[in-house]
Amino acid sequence: MKADGEITHFDNVGLRYSTDREVLSDLSFTLYSGRFYFLTGASGAGKTSLLKLLYLAQRPSRGMIRMFGTDAITMPRSRLPQLRRRIGVVFQDFRLVPHLSAFDNVALPLRVAGHQERDIAGPVSDILEWVGLADRVDARPATLSGGEQQRVAIARAVIGQPAILVADEPTGNVDPDMALKLLRLFEMLNRQGTTVVVATHDLDLLRKVPDSLIMRLDKGRLSDPTGALRYPPRAPA
Amino acid sequence: MNALSGRLRSVVAGSDVQLFPQARMSGPMPWVIAIMVAMTAIALAGGLALGNAIFAAKAEIDGGVTVQLLEPRADVRDSQARAAATALGAMQGVRGFRQVPQAEVDALIEPWLGTGTDDDGGLAIPVPALIDVRLDGPASPDRLAAIERALRPVAPSARIDAQSNWLKPVFDAMVSLQVLSIALVALLAGALAAAVLLASRSALGTHREVIEIIHLLGGTDNQVAREFQRSIGFDAAGGGALGLGLALVVILSLARRFDGLGAGLVDNGALVWTDWLLIAAVPVMATLLAMMTARLTVLHALRKML
Ligand SMILES: Nc1ncnc2c1ncn2[C@@H]1O[C@H](COP(=O)(O)OP(=O)(O)O)[C@@H](O)[C@H]1O
Ligand SMILES: [Mg+2]
Repeated sequence: MKADGEITHFDNVGLRYSTDREVLSDLSFTLYSGRFYFLTGASGAGKTSLLKLLYLAQRPSRGMIRMFGTDAITMPRSRLPQLRRRIGVVFQDFRLVPHLSAFDNVALPLRVAGHQERDIAGPVSDILEWVGLADRVDARPATLSGGEQQRVAIARAVIGQPAILVADEPTGNVDPDMALKLLRLFEMLNRQGTTVVVATHDLDLLRKVPDSLIMRLDKGRLSDPTGALRYPPRAPA
Repeated sequence: MNALSGRLRSVVAGSDVQLFPQARMSGPMPWVIAIMVAMTAIALAGGLALGNAIFAAKAEIDGGVTVQLLEPRADVRDSQARAAATALGAMQGVRGFRQVPQAEVDALIEPWLGTGTDDDGGLAIPVPALIDVRLDGPASPDRLAAIERALRPVAPSARIDAQSNWLKPVFDAMVSLQVLSIALVALLAGALAAAVLLASRSALGTHREVIEIIHLLGGTDNQVAREFQRSIGFDAAGGGALGLGLALVVILSLARRFDGLGAGLVDNGALVWTDWLLIAAVPVMATLLAMMTARLTVLHALRKML
């Protein structure tokens, strides 16, 4: 049963990549609409793996995942694209399309969703300006700095106004100033109603978003230092 | 397929975004398709020409009967020929006949016997008289026997042969050639599909990362497949046009050579406009086949991705 304001629900989820040990074990939690979650844990704890399950890039080896009220395990493959269009992802390694300009990379989600060209140019230019890349619209990813690529990746993640924004170590490659700037950007989106999930191993970052809920991963298991996984979740301070 | 990388931009964009952004004819694919199309078109032209020749010759020969008068004495031979003509004229089922003029018979025999006959007043070497008979249906053994019975009393030296009998081996050879050309067309189509399948698979490998990104951004298998299909479509259309041009040069120059022979069978094998339409359809079919193969290959492979 889908709880009110539920974005996703994991029930006893486990993941193993090959035949070795489970990388994620016994994950049971619910993420709620409009909240700001941090996913922390040491390197190798399984943060990226959990996010992959969350943005439907990976099937769990066991357990149940419900996404936007749809059983993501048993649904037909043909329904995946519709669900994925409601999820914005900032990949740890950005995953920009190398031969497309910054503009075309950001436009990709809209084109994928079948928007008309005349409805694409405006929003894409606006969002590139918003992340401070107005003068780099025609640049290929290879000619952009790490921070610039990251901002293109973020612009691409939010252009489709996703219900949930998932960012994997988004501040990993940028200086502290830029990290803070990006964080403010996520907060702003969050205030506009987007659910945000940021994976980071940078504990300083957590303190900078006081209203955030924190999920801790340790060797593939979740702990709940802030009551984020309770129902109802701890009310934001 | 090489051109694909440059064109994933239009992956999902409306169909009219960047249709011809890159230099085409870059990878090996267009050339492979050009060769396939050329060979297919030539094999098809050969098959069609043979088919026409067989059809025309069959109609001609089926009802053809040759009456040879082997009488050595010229005067007797001539009178037997006249008597045979009268008898044939009275027979049912004989649509027409023609005594082959002596000059023509001489010309037929000349390569083997030389021209000695004329000088010696036709006495030196006996040359048979030939009557070319056309029946209104196939020259069955029954009908041959009937002619034999009719001629025996008036022209005892007559020897009667169905023309199809001695042309049968030629026929059979032509039919096998035609079967061969049809088989060749089928094999080439198979080879083309296989080439496209391999190219699509390797392109899928090359572009796996981008395809994954497109998927994760909510792109559908159809959107990805459409792009591959369009890319191979351009390659195939370009290669196909080239191949057809090549084939036309070959076909036309072969046709000119056969014309030069002036041989009846080959004349009858001339291609008619519907044949040319079929030949022109080869690159179109090749393009459709290539696009369909690419589409199915890609969709099949994508089903295994998440
Ligand atoms: N594709 C993969 N195949 C096999 N093992 C993997 C794969 N991705 C990650 N792992 C393993 O899973 C564990 C968790 O990795 P990851 O989710 O990337 O952790 P984190 O993002 O917290 O650093 C690690 O031990 C890593 O080696
Ligand atoms: Mg990681």
